[in-house]
Amino acid sequence: MGNMKLTLKVWRQNGPNDKGKIVDYPVNDVSEDMSFLEMLDVLNDELVRKGEEPIAFDHDCREGICGMCSLFINGEAHGPGRGITTCQLHMRKFKDGDTIHVEPWRSAAFPVIKDLATNRGAFDRIQAAGGFVSVNTSGNLVDGNALPIPKPDADKAFDAATCIGCGACVATCPNGSAMLFTAAKVSQLSLLPQGQVERKQRALAMVEQMDKEGFGNCSNTGACEIECPKGISLEHIARLNREYLAATVTKE
Amino acid sequence: MSKLDSKIPPGPIDKKWTDHKGHIRIVAPANKRRIDIIVVGTGLAGGAAAASLAEMGYNVKAFCFQDSARRAHSIAAQGGINAAKNYQNDGDSTYRLFYDTVKGGDYRAREANVYRLAEVSANIIDQCVAQGVPFARDYGGLLDNRSFGGVQVSRTFYARGQTGQQLLLGAYSALMRQVGKGAVQMFDRHEMLDVVIVDGKARGIIARNLITGEIERHGAHAVLLCTGGYGNVFFLSTNAMGSNVTAAWKAHKRGAYFGNPCYTQIHPTCIPVSGTHQSKLTLMSESLRNDGRIWVPKKLEDAQAIREGKKKGRDIPEADRDYYLERRYPAFGNLVPRDVASRAAKERCDAGFGVNKTGEAVYLDFSAAFERYGKQQANIQKLENPSKEKIIELGKAIVSEKYGNLFDMYENIVGENPYDHAMKIYPAVHYTMGGLWVDYNLQTTVPGLFALGEANFSDHGANRLGASALMQGLADGYFVIPYTVGDYLADDIRTGPIKTDTPEFDAAEKEVTDRINHFLNNKGTKPVDDFHRRLGKVMWDKCGMARNAQGLQEAIQEIRQIREEFYRDVRVPGKATEFNQELEKAGRVADFLELGELMCIDALNRNESCGGHFREEYQEMEGPQQGEAKRDDANYAYVAAWEWTGDAGKANLHKEPLTFEEVKLTQRSYK
Repeated sequence: MGNMKLTLKVWRQNGPNDKGKIVDYPVNDVSEDMSFLEMLDVLNDELVRKGEEPIAFDHDCREGICGMCSLFINGEAHGPGRGITTCQLHMRKFKDGDTIHVEPWRSAAFPVIKDLATNRGAFDRIQAAGGFVSVNTSGNLVDGNALPIPKPDADKAFDAATCIGCGACVATCPNGSAMLFTAAKVSQLSLLPQGQVERKQRALAMVEQMDKEGFGNCSNTGACEIECPKGISLEHIARLNREYLAATVTKE
Repeated sequence: MSKLDSKIPPGPIDKKWTDHKGHIRIVAPANKRRIDIIVVGTGLAGGAAAASLAEMGYNVKAFCFQDSARRAHSIAAQGGINAAKNYQNDGDSTYRLFYDTVKGGDYRAREANVYRLAEVSANIIDQCVAQGVPFARDYGGLLDNRSFGGVQVSRTFYARGQTGQQLLLGAYSALMRQVGKGAVQMFDRHEMLDVVIVDGKARGIIARNLITGEIERHGAHAVLLCTGGYGNVFFLSTNAMGSNVTAAWKAHKRGAYFGNPCYTQIHPTCIPVSGTHQSKLTLMSESLRNDGRIWVPKKLEDAQAIREGKKKGRDIPEADRDYYLERRYPAFGNLVPRDVASRAAKERCDAGFGVNKTGEAVYLDFSAAFERYGKQQANIQKLENPSKEKIIELGKAIVSEKYGNLFDMYENIVGENPYDHAMKIYPAVHYTMGGLWVDYNLQTTVPGLFALGEANFSDHGANRLGASALMQGLADGYFVIPYTVGDYLADDIRTGPIKTDTPEFDAAEKEVTDRINHFLNNKGTKPVDDFHRRLGKVMWDKCGMARNAQGLQEAIQEIRQIREEFYRDVRVPGKATEFNQELEKAGRVADFLELGELMCIDALNRNESCGGHFREEYQEMEGPQQGEAKRDDANYAYVAAWEWTGDAGKANLHKEPLTFEEVKLTQRSYK
């Protein structure tokens, strides 16, 4: 074990309809090699031994790719450090004696389930509205190399496709907008030849669903790009805007 | 009565699958609407299966314990997916992929299944490209490949270090398309806690809504378990925190045999353990072995100086480095299969050459690659007499383009820049080749209950080759189950919806509720993780990279002891009717505590070494193969399929003999 002593101020909320509050917890013996979530594990272990309820938080892969972890730490989505998720944040970013505020994603469209865990089902519904290429499983498709894709396009599509759907963009946006998330998928598919057939319909349907879910509007503050653990660029929002405009103008 | 009928179709190996597909029964489109299928797990196998079956017209209910189908652990696969496309013109073929996989699995896989896997591999790439999966491409716009361990061709397709993510998002997008249409009903944050058997057939599941705690009954004509592997029995593994054996284990306890539970893959290149707080281990993709060279110091005193912090790896001159894989296996070098590379690392560290504080780490060094790529770049950029620094700088940029995300990940965790200092790595539990026994149709020994992907035992024998897990998950989900499930369901077109208000559902639900109540009312003193950690340590020490009879016997006793204490002294706070993560963990660890014992029993039964199963008593003692695994084909060329009899220690062994018609059994050599 290590030798850092910290004070955590953690959002506790019993259920979606309960009024939450900040509760203080001292945590001792924190090592700088611990990840932030391992530090919470240590605290939870202690709470369970004392007969108290541990803090609920979402996490799964703990290597920055599943998108499940989601904490607002000291006012920043996924905490200090860029290009990482909370599970990749290590305690060496903090120092002995620090007070750390830990809150759930803040967005009306992501209601709190318990403590720090929120419901991000809205993202699935946006995806279901059009975030796909309508191709059925078939053993008789054209060969993968039948259609060369220029490397720059493939690379750009990949950059957009790295979105892990964690919701940091929404949580950090002053308007609670889901534009970066939606744009990443629209952009990926609009850059690839396979995405062309449904290009217009996709942009319209995904934006419509996004609005229905209660996310705010985008005013290009750029906060999302900074907090995005995968560094997804605002360029994709610009592309979504172009796609949406073109689709609206040429709609039949 | 032996229920082990593998249902391998007759005929030559390259015709089996085509003939089988042509002859099995299918369900007409109008009748598919009358049939419900439950798919548990939404990773590559489950996501692909649920989407494909819904496209065909079946009513699908899909379940996952994560908050979204997109988060299944397939997402974390880094390196790539194999396919016999032969795009690189290096002599690849369906047969070669088949052969490599059977050999890589140390001749403990079923030939017919492996051949089918190799056969459909090319379709997977086409399917994923059509979905918009952004695979890596070369400057001509065509798909790029790289090499993986245990093979001598380049057949691995990839999307930087995030291939699993991209493939899963492809399957997820297909799944969400069906959710949008209403053809799939999605149940996220739901955990399957039992399978319900009616008249000998799987007819539904009991699931817990993890948000409300409500226990739900779901009926269906068939149940597909696509629930991944059980590496978390070791507590520390590269699996996600939630990965568990519960669905497969409950199926086992309801009559599905468990195949080869002791076959565990220990991946050679993971970030070493840093302390007791550690909750999981992080993989550094096998693709790194394309360019990284693995070494330890030749001199014990150098290793000791490094461990004491008096020297750094880069202080050791080239002549004093032992590139032990290149030395021992000149033909495959750093790209030997995972089991071989892991054991070699353990051998060096056990001999005292480890290079971190714990003595359990070896170097994965990219300096040669920096220089090689740097020179290439200098030529391309037509630089005359570039300085050494310039070459290294150019080389680092290329390595960063190839593996940048992995290098960043390493730096985040370890706090040391891997461009300046060689990475330190050590083997860790990564994958389980064992799983529910299935026949050629992927059906378990329970009619109507199927297992796909890592959850079944079928294709990888005793050791899986890199980039083959993604291939198998998608093969099972997209191209095998959609055909084979029809053969079973053809009898159910007049059955009508499965009722859930029956005694069988009542009984299963009661068992689930009783288990939950036991944990909550237990009033013990220790958290779940305490027991899980202890179990993991026993498994790692005695049923890990190397096993022996005495250790396994001890492990069985120790696991029983931990299990007994667990039920007596575990403390689970909170209520059943709420979001309760400790309760979720308790149920999973309870199942690991039974599985762990079966793994040791299986390892004890298998008196040979093969693939990931290395029994210290069975190794070559002399000659050029000294220290290598020694198989016993005369006595152990079979699948061990264990039947639950009501007690974890008393499972019944059934044997499916493995017959090899295509591949000649030889000692696996990578020298």
